Amino acid sequence: MTTKLFGEPVQRREDARLITGRGRYLDDLGAGAPAAAFVRSPHAHARILDIDVSAALDVDGLVAIYTWEDLPGALAEPLPLLIPHPALTHGRTACPLAREIVRHVGEPVVMVVARDRYLAEDACSLIRVDYEILTPVVGVEEAARAVHLVHGDVPGNVGAHLVQEVPSADGRSAREAVETAPHTLAFRLDVERSASMPLEGRGVYARWDDDDRSLRVYSSTQSSTSVRMAIAAKLGLPLPKVEVIAPDVGGGFGVKIVHPWPEEVLIPWAARLLGGEVKWTEDRREHFVSSAHERGQVQYVRVGFDDDGRVLGLDVNILHDHGAYTPYGIIVPIITSTQLLGPYKIGAYRVEFSSIYTNTVQVTPYRGAGRPQGVFCMERTMDKIAAHLGLDRTEVRAANFIQSDEFPYDQGLIFQDGRPLIYDSGNYPEALRMLKELIGWDSFPELKAAAAAEGRTIGIGLGCYVEGTGVGPYEGGHVQITSDGRVHVSTGLTSQGQGHETVFAQIAATELGVPIEKVSVVTGDTRRFGYAVGTFASRAAVMSGNAIALACRKVREKALRIAADALEADPRDLEITDGVVHVAGAPSASIPLATVAVLSNPLRYAFDEEAQRATQFSGASSMDRPPIEEGQEPGLEGKDYYSPIRSTFACGMHAAIVRTDPLTAEIEILRYAVVHDCGRLINPMIVEGQIHGGVAQGVGGALYEKMAYDEHGQLLNASFMDFLMPYATEVPRIETAHLETPSPLNPLGIKGAGEAGVIPVSAVIASAIEDAEGIPIDRMPISPSDLHTLRLTR
Amino acid sequence: MKPSPFDYHAPADLDEALDVLARVGPDGGKVLAGGQSLIPLLNMRLAAPAHLVDINRLTELATVEAGPGGVRVGALARHATVERSTPAAAVQPLLGQALRLVAHPVIRNRGTVVGSLVHADPSAELPAVLALLGGSVRLAHRGGEREVAAAEFFTGPMESAAAPGELAVSAFFPARPPRSGTAFCEVARRHGDYAMAGVAAAVTLDEDFRIAAARVACVSVGPIPVVVDVADACGGRPEASADWAAAAAAVRDRIEPEADIHATADYRRHLTGVLAVRALRGAAVEAAGEEGT
Amino acid sequence: MNHPITLTVNGVVREATVPARRLLSDCLRHDLGLTGTHVGCEHGVCGACTVLLDGEPVRSCLMFAATADGHEITTVEGLAAADGTLSPAQRAFAECHGLQCGFCTPGFLCTVTAFLRENAAPTDEEVVEAISGNLCRCTGYQNIIKAVHRAAELQAETRADKEEGAR
Repeated sequence: MTTKLFGEPVQRREDARLITGRGRYLDDLGAGAPAAAFVRSPHAHARILDIDVSAALDVDGLVAIYTWEDLPGALAEPLPLLIPHPALTHGRTACPLAREIVRHVGEPVVMVVARDRYLAEDACSLIRVDYEILTPVVGVEEAARAVHLVHGDVPGNVGAHLVQEVPSADGRSAREAVETAPHTLAFRLDVERSASMPLEGRGVYARWDDDDRSLRVYSSTQSSTSVRMAIAAKLGLPLPKVEVIAPDVGGGFGVKIVHPWPEEVLIPWAARLLGGEVKWTEDRREHFVSSAHERGQVQYVRVGFDDDGRVLGLDVNILHDHGAYTPYGIIVPIITSTQLLGPYKIGAYRVEFSSIYTNTVQVTPYRGAGRPQGVFCMERTMDKIAAHLGLDRTEVRAANFIQSDEFPYDQGLIFQDGRPLIYDSGNYPEALRMLKELIGWDSFPELKAAAAAEGRTIGIGLGCYVEGTGVGPYEGGHVQITSDGRVHVSTGLTSQGQGHETVFAQIAATELGVPIEKVSVVTGDTRRFGYAVGTFASRAAVMSGNAIALACRKVREKALRIAADALEADPRDLEITDGVVHVAGAPSASIPLATVAVLSNPLRYAFDEEAQRATQFSGASSMDRPPIEEGQEPGLEGKDYYSPIRSTFACGMHAAIVRTDPLTAEIEILRYAVVHDCGRLINPMIVEGQIHGGVAQGVGGALYEKMAYDEHGQLLNASFMDFLMPYATEVPRIETAHLETPSPLNPLGIKGAGEAGVIPVSAVIASAIEDAEGIPIDRMPISPSDLHTLRLTR
Repeated sequence: MKPSPFDYHAPADLDEALDVLARVGPDGGKVLAGGQSLIPLLNMRLAAPAHLVDINRLTELATVEAGPGGVRVGALARHATVERSTPAAAVQPLLGQALRLVAHPVIRNRGTVVGSLVHADPSAELPAVLALLGGSVRLAHRGGEREVAAAEFFTGPMESAAAPGELAVSAFFPARPPRSGTAFCEVARRHGDYAMAGVAAAVTLDEDFRIAAARVACVSVGPIPVVVDVADACGGRPEASADWAAAAAAVRDRIEPEADIHATADYRRHLTGVLAVRALRGAAVEAAGEEGT
Repeated sequence: MNHPITLTVNGVVREATVPARRLLSDCLRHDLGLTGTHVGCEHGVCGACTVLLDGEPVRSCLMFAATADGHEITTVEGLAAADGTLSPAQRAFAECHGLQCGFCTPGFLCTVTAFLRENAAPTDEEVVEAISGNLCRCTGYQNIIKAVHRAAELQAETRADKEEGAR
């Protein structure tokens, strides 16, 4: 098997180094580099009165101490607000080190550099910061009451307010449609905070080269190209003098897409100032209080529907807890409010959200990025409609589905990429049919009755979603075939465990007709590829996959043209198999790609055997033409970009069976089933792995994980002991089935899969617990203690 | 998350250890055994002792001695060693029943039984076991030692009777009496976490299989393990007809649970009652089976 | 004060002089350059830093290097044979897609290696219990569990081959 690798469960090429301890993660680099540590605010809201570093100056091994007052020029200004939006009227970001006011526990106040991290922490512990305590604003509803302000110049604590409205076909507003519907329900839903929580925290290692006057920065980031531009801008360096590399990254899940983090500009700045290298490796406690969280929302829902459960009007008002700052704009609530619609045709829709500041860690996307909350809202609504009408929950969903012949389907809203929310393809009725079969939906009532007879309480639930994936604006791919026959592929976006080195190699090998062993892939290294957006929004395979395929096609075309010259054949008659170009049906008339690579470069110093052999193939060169013809370039390489007109929409439907203990209120997931459609699969093994991981994070969000802030803005569970990420013992076996509805939008027909698994899990588990218990489940996560309390109020 | 500096002492034997402790104990010296509870506190700088006395070279204390009267566990016996000890399990099965619930296997490879007792976490299993069984801890100091009964040993949350300069050299867990059974039931948020509530139970039957003695020790519902004698509440009847509801009520009345981020006080109280019944029944069934063998 | 220590790491005697508070994880990574052992939480919950101490899995972030003086340690770098042949656990994790970002993987591999030595043919439940102290944020554990079973098979095959060869 050498060429048709697309669609095969090819083993990962990353693994050889990662299973032997030869991976290179951020903290594995820069042995012996001075280490940074930070004094971070212990208060949720306070004014800095004085910083006294004198006691720290005696620490052996101390290199430097910096406060905001030390920061020059642009570095002293607030960090960029990455994605402005007209509705974000009061966007606020922090300075890299706090200036005057701290607005959440964990905000960096002082940076210390010392010989190692132990000594840096010693120095931090000796620095005295005097604070005047200000009243903390905690809890989104409390913040919305605006008795106290997080930012003195943001009235009402409202950073953004946005209303989107799609009238019904007959022109009625959503509110009117709700009010005149045969049935109406109104309720409130709550989703608590969680966080990406990759096992590797953030980290930055910067090395200033005084001879070259250049900066090389390694960051555990999801976007090295943008970090590079931010550093150049903040430090006033020419862009070509800054290179940023994402090494092996120990998970991202969204938190590492934010950039620049304070440390991503401070560490390079200190390295340049100190004329050498500086490294900062975030520890777990720092990650809890100084990176980012997500999910927290309160939703007020009003829905009107007919006797069949068809939604005639839906009116949703969302309070979104944005934490102290909005560096990533209002992407999360925009996604919630648009993706809420899922696979359904809603008669008339009105959604309004307010993005509210609180004195807590900032909120930026975490895998799913607002979708889990939106899906929770819509799927809870579907279940409530079914309960109200006494209908099967799957029937209500089916009654509202967009049908297969209705694509492209325009939802009439503006999506996160600023483009219309138009679904490209899908087959929702079939996905639901498959899910019902997989979980045994229709026979569940017998199962439930049998369990009840044994004194066991079980319930079944489901959740459906549509996920916009592969958002633009672009990604690029570069492919070079060298005279040793090797294929070097690079793309600018980064990897955090998704297997890009494998899937992009599969694409290149398939497109070029070369053995995969000849292909190597580099991601996230600005020395190799300078323009990129980053890895988020389930976009890497769609964006870079297609860009690499397009680049490969360019290279292939060039290779065939050169080979045709050499073989005196028509390029249209040529094929590439196993890295050899040959005339279709005449394998003896052939030329290896390695040789083609030599021929592509008129400078043929004989560095290797291929170059020596090349002359015998070179056609008679015309003395009338330059060695490189107009419009051509030396070398067998190509670059191309993929820039889609809009996102492509994947879909999935999950179902679960849970058992609840009648006495202890423990909740156990007995079965978990997934039907997933992300278009054509490049590597089914990797797609399955992505779904598994997403579901596990979803289980965390449904049953275990929350950020518990007290009224003072202290995070009470800033450790792995009390922030309960699931172990193997908490994750059920996950059963999966795939449906492949290709995307018509891109050459490979693929859709994104990275976030899929996590999106509907809270909705599914809530649905199943509600079925088991007969109690409305309107707030997630739910613990045994919560369930016990709900039972008491029944 | 790196520990503050400290002076490190690594005595080679018990005498040296007691000498060092006599010197540095009053100066805030802490004993390091398995370190599975202490080192997280040091890494987070929630504790910063000036001296650390590492007893890991005191292999003479890595003992598990099971005799007719009970099991004496030395200060360096790891959880895993005691958990796997067949003689210990034969003499007092509750040890193994509880140890399987202590954190995760890898933690148990390093953590020590005596260390868990001295740490005196009211959410931990082993203090409840010692308290339930009426065991004791032997505290040595330079020139002497004393045996402190469980009832006096646990003095508050994370506080024990071990004084500065003293080393807990062993703990004694009395043997299971004839016609007796034990059980440990708990509910934790995740497998291996500290329990939201947990109950260790010991039941002894009389010759007619009626409940003659029944006690429970509850975790996570008070400043120290809460021991409740429920023999009277059970009503001196056999397992099948005992008044377990009354026993549960007696337990619920005695505990003082507090709310935290994982559970309300009310839930802990309810859960402790449920677990008390499960543990007591389990212990009673085991006691009956014990009689049968 | 610094303490001279001698560790036998992956079969090689290594010497270092470390402050008393140097965590074993930091000593392995930064003093001995064995960065395969990862640090995920530094409070003993995630298991990424798990190494084998005299053959038993322990958290290297919950141990001082000074305490480990004189002991044998195996890290992920020492799991493959001297000739580079991967261990059954390593092969199985790659075969079954038991890793994604790979950060937690060294801890899992060390844990599983010791577990399969004690229990060569585990049940599903035993596998889950064995890895229940290691956090993975990527895989949802599905393929890790598969990989442990596969490693048991590979280990049995390897042993059978060795016995065959010895005859």
